[in-house]
Parts: sequence; C-alpha cells; structure tokens
Amino acid sequence: MKKYSGRNTIDTEWLAAKVRRHVVDMTHRGKSSHVGSGLSICDIMAVLYGKVMQLDSSNPTASDRDRFILSKGHAGAAVYATLAECGYFSTEQLKLHYQNGSVFSGHVSHKGVPGVELSTGSLGHGLNVGCGMALAAKKQCKSHHTYVLLSDGECDEGSNWEAILFAAHHQLDNLCVAVDYNKIQSLAPVADTIGLEPFLDKWVSFGWHTQNIDGHNHLELSNAFENARQIKEKPSVVICNTTKGKGVSFMENSVLWHYRSPQGEEYQAAVSELDITLSRWEN
Amino acid sequence: MRDSFIKALTQLAAADPMVTLITGDLGFGVLTDFAKRFPNQFINAGVAEQHMTGLACGMALEGHKVYTYSIGNFTTLRCLEQIRNDVCYHNCDVTVVSVGGGFSYGQLGVSHFATEDLAILRTLPNMKVVAPSDPWETSILTHQMAELNGPKYLRLDKGKAGLPEDPNSVQFGKARTIREGKDITLIAIGAILSEALSAATTLELEGFDPRVVVFNTAKPLDQDTILKAARETKGIVIVEEHIKIGGLASAIAECCMTNEVHPKAFRSIGVEDSFPTIVGDQDYLRKVYKLDAKSILEAAREILKN
Repeated sequence: MKKYSGRNTIDTEWLAAKVRRHVVDMTHRGKSSHVGSGLSICDIMAVLYGKVMQLDSSNPTASDRDRFILSKGHAGAAVYATLAECGYFSTEQLKLHYQNGSVFSGHVSHKGVPGVELSTGSLGHGLNVGCGMALAAKKQCKSHHTYVLLSDGECDEGSNWEAILFAAHHQLDNLCVAVDYNKIQSLAPVADTIGLEPFLDKWVSFGWHTQNIDGHNHLELSNAFENARQIKEKPSVVICNTTKGKGVSFMENSVLWHYRSPQGEEYQAAVSELDITLSRWEN
Repeated sequence: MRDSFIKALTQLAAADPMVTLITGDLGFGVLTDFAKRFPNQFINAGVAEQHMTGLACGMALEGHKVYTYSIGNFTTLRCLEQIRNDVCYHNCDVTVVSVGGGFSYGQLGVSHFATEDLAILRTLPNMKVVAPSDPWETSILTHQMAELNGPKYLRLDKGKAGLPEDPNSVQFGKARTIREGKDITLIAIGAILSEALSAATTLELEGFDPRVVVFNTAKPLDQDTILKAARETKGIVIVEEHIKIGGLASAIAECCMTNEVHPKAFRSIGVEDSFPTIVGDQDYLRKVYKLDAKSILEAAREILKN
C-alpha cells in the first residue's frame, strides 16, 4: 500500500525508498549539502511517520497528535519529503526546496510548511524544546508522545546534556529521543572529533531507558519505538546505528557527502541505485 | 521591582493556570511563596539557561504563558540564540525576565552588569522590550504585558525612580511625560530616571523649563513623543544605564533620522564602549561612569547656553 491514509496503513520500506529518492533529487536540484545526513535518517523517518506516530495529515495541528522535532535541522530535506509523501502537502512542492523565494529552507523551517513542529538548523535546540512539549503534555494530562531526532555530532552541544539531565529528573516518559548514530560528523568521524563512547552508558548513567538498534532495520526501529511508548517514569533514547549516505553505495560512510551535492554522473548513478530499490513496488 | 513583578505574576498565575514561571536556579527567598502556591506552574530548570529558554519555547508552543527568570545576562545573552531561533522565530508567548538591569549588581563585577541587553534584545524580530522605572510601574506593566502575545523582555532594576504612583499614566509602548517643559527634553529609561529628575530640578532652579520623559518601552518605540520633543524643545538628552551603542539613544536617533525630524541638539548619556573594571554600588558606578544627574546637567547646560 503506497497511499498514506492513517496509522499502520503504509509500507514503511516503500516510504523510506521514496524519501531517499526525494532527498537525492532535492539536494541535486538545490545544489545543496547534507545529502548523506538526509539519507541516514530516511528509515527512522519512515517508521515514525508511517507506523509509530499518531498523526493525521489532514489535521496537522490536532491537539492529540504526536510531536516530532528534527533537531539535526540540516537533514530538513528528509522531513519535507516524508511530510509530502504522507500527504501534508504535494510532492510537487518539494521542487521548491532551496530555491529563491521558497519557504522550504535547507534547514527545516515551520513557516508555511504544514506538519513541521519546530524550525531548527543551529544544533542543540530541539531536545530542549521537546522537553517543554513533553512537560506541557504531562501538565495538561495529554497522552501524546514527543519525538526528537538528534544527530551524533550534535551531541557535542552542551545544551543537549542540560535537557538530558532535565528529562530524567522530571521523568518525561512521554519523550523519546532517536539518535542518528552514523558516526560521521561534519569534518571527520565522530571518534576522531569528539568521541561519544561509551555513548549508551552515558544515557544510562543519566537515567534514561536505552535501546541500541540497527537504525535501518524497520522491525527493530518499530519495536524500539513501541517499547519506548510503554516505558514509565523514564525518558527513552533509541540509539539508531546508521550509515551516513545509506542507500547510495558510493555515498555510504563518506565524510565527503556531508557537503557534496549530487550532480552529473554522480546524480545519475545515485538515482539508478535508488530506482532499483523503488522498482520493487512497481506493478 | 523584583518583588512587584512577583506579586503581579502571582495574581496572573492565580487567574490563569497556564501562567508558568521557570527559573534558572535563582530567586532565593523571592520565588518561594510562588513555588509553594503554584507547584504546577513553577519549574526550576537548574543552572541551565539555554535549556530554560528552549523549554519555555516548547511549553509556549503547547499553550503555556511562560516567564523565564534569572539575573542579569543569564536570561538574555547566555541563551540569546534560543531566544532568537526558538522563542522569537516561533513567536512564542515567553517573557524573558532579567533581574538586575544596568549596574544593579554593581559590586558583583562585569559578569553581572546588564549593560548591553536593550540593544541586543531590541534587534530581535517579534521581541518587545520593556524596562520599568519604579516598582509600582513594574506591577502595571507586568499586567499589561500579560495581555500581549509573543516574546517580551522585561528588564528589572534594583533601584527605583521614586515617583508617586500614577497608574493611569502608564501604558505599554507609550512614553510618559513626567514634567512638561519647552526648553529641553530629558529622556530616561529605567530607574535611572531619578537622575534625570534630579537634573531637571536643578535646571528649574536655574530658571529653565525642562521637559522630562520616561520610556518604559524601548520597542516598540513611542515615536510621536520623540518627534514632538525634537520639534518643540532646544535639544534632547537621553540617559540610560546601558552602553551607548544600540540602546534607547540609538533608537531615538534612528527615529529622528528616519522621520527627518532633526533635534536641534542631541546628547547620549550612557556607558562608553569599554568594560567597567571597578565595582561599587549602583549610585557610585553611575557617578564614575558619568550617568548621574551631574553629567545630565552638564549636557543640558551646554545645549541651553547655545
């Protein structure tokens, strides 16, 4: 089933493949960076929007909707593409990404874009705001959940650790963080920049419920997010071990594709690979 | 002013359960009663101002009317990007409250001097910038600001101008003329109005007729009052416990130039472009850094003798 018509009715593998194709097209058309960062999160996005989160694209501000914040705003293309495929606006509009006069900025922005909860782009903002949303939900006795997607490099920002302390102290069990742990940041591997290991232990010691999974395996993703919804009195983090540039062989695990835009033969090669995957759903 | 603010906020919180106060672990003794009375409307975010401000944005996006509270630059400069990107860009109903405007904490050193806040905050789109001059005015403005949606900044001074209560004269966004006069206009923002009033008294004794105006709001700016002063008097002297760059004097100069109404004379009394390196109480530092009545008087006399 390709058409989004509510919870549990979408093939998340198909959604991820479509979003990957859009991300490559959008960064090609916009001559923009961060294709590797976008490809890294397509499976997380697809499982959250296609399966886990309670959402209604025809009513993007419904008070009982789950909230999603992309804190790694540079991967905004993946959010716009996911929202478009889920029916928040037409996929035609994705062609406006990065163009003069467009509201679809390189870093995700909410203004004029239905479904985007928070504009980000400067790292280390999303989780603090997510804590506010989760705490507000508790105070207002609402049962929806708040999801925040962080990058690994972003965990260098001290503001995240302020929020990580706070969320555990306030037992924000309606808050779930997914970390896109692709282990490559802007200039070099995370381990050679500011190492995060032992990463999971850090979250454990801060009082969070932790899960460590393959961030491209949809079953693992959906099980982890569903588990997180059941956890009481602790916020949850799902460390999603991912591959930067996932889905395009020559972009995978490469620092280069944090900034390089797919053009010419490289664009054609990327599209060919992604179209092979997409052809599984033809006919 | 701090106590008047909390008293007003207590009234607001009693009337509206969405009113929420977040402190960055400051307010010992001051916030205790509020915290006890409204445990569901009070949060101590810890010593974490970036988090406090992001948290405020998240809660405001969910319908809360949030106040962030700390000392000096901690609610403003420490978390400026959270104010800009999170609070202002999303046009959140968050009031950033800074206790200790200017040299209020004069003995504590340069980290605690809030002397650039008006300039920096007023550049942010959607932000409203308010600095009362007396405790009673603080109370009125706190209530008036609560009626306005969106980001607001409230600068609270330790000192006070000492004027008698005149509730009907206070209106957010409108300058208040304390004394009508035709010779020269003395303009102040915040409690340092006391120095302008003192200078005006001396000028009066010397036979002049000074106008005294106080701005409780640096943004939006009451342009009419400025242009009137520029047209009707022989000059404008502006005093602010703030760096000369970008504050009220700059705003007034921008207003005059933009409207092509040029004051016959213009003097800015503020902190020069350097960091104070000594400490002392508020009155002492005003004298040392030439923000006192004497400095205002000298500037006014210079204009009036021409």
